Amino acid sequence: MDKYKVIEVKESIFADNDKDADKLRAQLKEQGTFLLNLMSSPGSGKTTTLKAVLERIKDKINVGVMEADIDSDVDAAAIQDIGVRSIQLHTGGMCHLDADMTRQGINEFGTDDLDMVVLENVGNLVCPAEFDTGAVKNAMILSVPEGHDKPLKYPLVFTVCDILIINKIDVMPYFDFDMAKVEEYAHMRNPDLKIFPISAKTGEGVDALCDWLLEQVAEWKK
Amino acid sequence: MHELGIVNYVVKQVEKLAVENELTRVESVTLEFGEVSGVVPSYLVKYWDWYVKKEEHAALLGDSVLKYETLPAITWCDNCKGQYPTVQYGKTCPYCGSGETWLLKGQEMNIKEIVAE
Repeated sequence: MDKYKVIEVKESIFADNDKDADKLRAQLKEQGTFLLNLMSSPGSGKTTTLKAVLERIKDKINVGVMEADIDSDVDAAAIQDIGVRSIQLHTGGMCHLDADMTRQGINEFGTDDLDMVVLENVGNLVCPAEFDTGAVKNAMILSVPEGHDKPLKYPLVFTVCDILIINKIDVMPYFDFDMAKVEEYAHMRNPDLKIFPISAKTGEGVDALCDWLLEQVAEWKK
Repeated sequence: MHELGIVNYVVKQVEKLAVENELTRVESVTLEFGEVSGVVPSYLVKYWDWYVKKEEHAALLGDSVLKYETLPAITWCDNCKGQYPTVQYGKTCPYCGSGETWLLKGQEMNIKEIVAE
């Protein structure tokens, strides 16, 4: 047995990523760029929500979008259509972005002149929640058709987020979605979570979300 | 898919530690997971066995075994200031019935130790 060494590691699997994330946040603070990490399931309306938000704030601040997907560039193209700079990141089959991939994206994108960058993470409620991307704030979208029980099923993502955007409230009459329940379940996981019910399609509630974002950007640049 | 991302990370960390500690061949890697970390260890082992055979990892890790240990999840009750096992009782305190409870531990994902030449 002598030839074997036992190395006691006792550190988190994510220790290196957490360090990379802190480094990236320091870089972003230096250059005055607010990075928002946006997470959700596939089909919750991330890109549609982003478009609704960007239409309202693109003349007020310089903003860019980094789209992370396993493949394709349909999302980046959709954002460019409304006149906002965007870049598509491919995760090479991985189900999430980590801090190092995000940093590469930020540097490739050229973000010095941007007040805010939105990182549209891979559509998934599990893995992205485990990896700190280096973002200043984390947001998630839960759409009405997904159901109000998601905070019970995917607790971690609700714990790591600063805001919860509840999208597609225009179709609420057709679903058994209980807004009071989702708030209760989400606050059980995270009492500080701010909740924004919106419809990206009709525009309801989007202004309040924009106001919050603009406040956060101003706060970060202080 | 979730477990594959974790395997990828563990391999990266172990390869880094191997350079630092001048390891040439890894015999085993032991991980520790909290009971409510949401990881399915049997998938991890399956992905590990496939991933470490890839050309770029095989020399160091090709014959390595992934082991895991579970750490208990403990919840703290803010109302009666007690602690209880999370998996058995969930969100509601078994002593006072309060829902004002917080997870103290149980979400850990650690590399515990590496045995290597």
